[in-house]
Amino acid sequence: MRKLLFCLMLITLVVGAPALAQDATPEAYAPWTCPEGFAGQSLNVYNWTIYIAEDTIPNFEALCDVDVTYDNYFTNEELLAKLQQGNPGYDVIVPSDYMIAIMIEQELLEPITHENIPNMANISPDMLDPWYDPGNVYTVPYQWGTTGMAYNKTAVGRELTSWNDFFGYEGNVAWLEDLRGMMGIALVMLGFDPNSDVAEEIEAAQQYLLENSGNVAAIVAGNSKQLLSQGEVDIAVDYNGNVFGLIAECAADPNCTTEYAYVIPEEGTSRWTDNLAIPVGAQNKALAEVFLDYILDPQVGADISNFVTYGSPNGKALELGLILPELLNNPALYPPDEIRANLWQISPVNTDAETLYNNAWDELKIAIGN
Amino acid sequence: MADSALHSPPLHTGQEIEFDRAKIRRDMIIRRIGKVGMAFNPIFAYFFLWAPIIILVVFSFNNAETVSVWRGFTTQWYQNIFTNALSAGTESARFSTEIMLTSVGNSLFVALVTTIISTVIGTMVAMSLVRGNFPGKSVMDAVLYLPVVIPEITQAISLAVFFRIVFDFVNNANDGLRAAPGFGTIIIGHVAFCISYVTIVVRARFADMNPRLEEAARDLGANEWRTFWRVTFPLILPGVIAGGLLAFTISLDDFIVTFFVSGIGTTTLPIFVYGLLKTRVPPEINAISTLMLVASTVLVGVSLIMQGRNAGKN
Repeated sequence: MRKLLFCLMLITLVVGAPALAQDATPEAYAPWTCPEGFAGQSLNVYNWTIYIAEDTIPNFEALCDVDVTYDNYFTNEELLAKLQQGNPGYDVIVPSDYMIAIMIEQELLEPITHENIPNMANISPDMLDPWYDPGNVYTVPYQWGTTGMAYNKTAVGRELTSWNDFFGYEGNVAWLEDLRGMMGIALVMLGFDPNSDVAEEIEAAQQYLLENSGNVAAIVAGNSKQLLSQGEVDIAVDYNGNVFGLIAECAADPNCTTEYAYVIPEEGTSRWTDNLAIPVGAQNKALAEVFLDYILDPQVGADISNFVTYGSPNGKALELGLILPELLNNPALYPPDEIRANLWQISPVNTDAETLYNNAWDELKIAIGN
Repeated sequence: MADSALHSPPLHTGQEIEFDRAKIRRDMIIRRIGKVGMAFNPIFAYFFLWAPIIILVVFSFNNAETVSVWRGFTTQWYQNIFTNALSAGTESARFSTEIMLTSVGNSLFVALVTTIISTVIGTMVAMSLVRGNFPGKSVMDAVLYLPVVIPEITQAISLAVFFRIVFDFVNNANDGLRAAPGFGTIIIGHVAFCISYVTIVVRARFADMNPRLEEAARDLGANEWRTFWRVTFPLILPGVIAGGLLAFTISLDDFIVTFFVSGIGTTTLPIFVYGLLKTRVPPEINAISTLMLVASTVLVGVSLIMQGRNAGKN
């Protein structure tokens, strides 16, 4: 409750104040312009491969007359390993929520200067002041999404609404290789806190998953699309943006007779946020802040979210109607408030509980493998 | 033929030995099945090896964004690659294809330089291990296999720590210069394990070579240098080429060492592909893989032809 009040206060402070100061003319916003004095400089961006719109980087290079190098990593853990070993000179990185908490603790992030990022005012109030970075000292949100059920509606033959439909399904299913995500679901199904650190509860969740693992055909990371489209599994737990490509493509193709869907079960699921941050050892912090401001521009932010099909944290972009209507009207991507209320976030647990989770997951995988 | 041999009675054993025709017939049947099996073994193995690759090639012509369901024939992905390769750096280039092509270029550059350096050093090491006689030779012989047998992650981490110590030292010692990982560190990392592979392959070739040939060359008045280039080198050349190709392939698809010692702007193709976890896999990836497959098949073909020629000369 106190958190909610705090959020409300922040809404009034961050969004209300500038909105009151100038009159509300939503259409009349000017395209983003680059501040003077950066011509000829260079910026090093470290992100997932193509986790950005096609023209985001080329446009930024043209607007600021700078040179951007775009390199790729593939998990948060790898990014952490790379930075721990010494930042080779990356200026902008894109870690997920729980990893931000770890990086802040290990002093791997540079605080950002809010005055240099006026577009922070565009961020949706509910995306500000997250648990992993109170006061947005180090980060601004980039994209957000959920971990729900992607399924082959044709094969399943009905609408799925509950995690019980998934765990009780008689055909093949795929789990997501995300231990806290899967354990969180089990904990919630048993009526516990998804971030529980009680040994008995974690054990009960492990038992729950084990008892419901009879239909598991695979535990995958990132390629449930393939399993679904090849008919190997009928239901898969995955990140929402990953499966929208499959759903949209099949819907557009007259030869595709299968219907795919993504749903956030009524019991809720975990919600994650990826963020932009500046690592310690950045070569050009000033230009990195300009880049953060550029990404938070409503049009630029909307272009990215429309392309990667994840949720946009850019309230202004939503307000201006820049997000494609087919995405905006998709409750799996922008859930209505009553579903959103059921979403939870994975937060770090103490070391003992961490070990319990890791062991529980390893034992589960071995048991299922047998 | 085998049957007539069976029916003829044993000449020198007399009548007392019972002739178990049933058992022999059974053995012959098993032998025949074995013969058929021998022919099927490679077919099965090749199918196992090649089926995924054939599927990859087929799907590079697939008219669909997702990579797994056939939706008709198209050459669009190849066209995308070529138009982007031509328009690289200009406004019309597509960002995702451009960074993919950059990563292919990075991979090929690293693999090429690694191959040249590790082949030269590896051949020299093989030569001194076979022909040379120096203290510590047996130790070196044993240590040679280390990069082949230790887990790659161990090597990757030790290289990363090593480079960090070196860079800290360099950066502290002189103020103006800032050393950082990049292509140099990746190439050094790759050379570090490719040398072993090249040496092992070249040394096997040395073992097949008759040392009398070198003696004969020297008897006929050639000096060491001339003997090496006119006699030894042509004879070990197939081994050198095979070692070089092995180094090229290993370097091209290495992920772990590359990731740990990489720097700014050195994303290679394997790192590009792994990083696609969050987003859809671009269909061009099948086309680029097919092109690389064709290129490496041509390379292997050339080396086989060259080896065949050399074998003929022997």
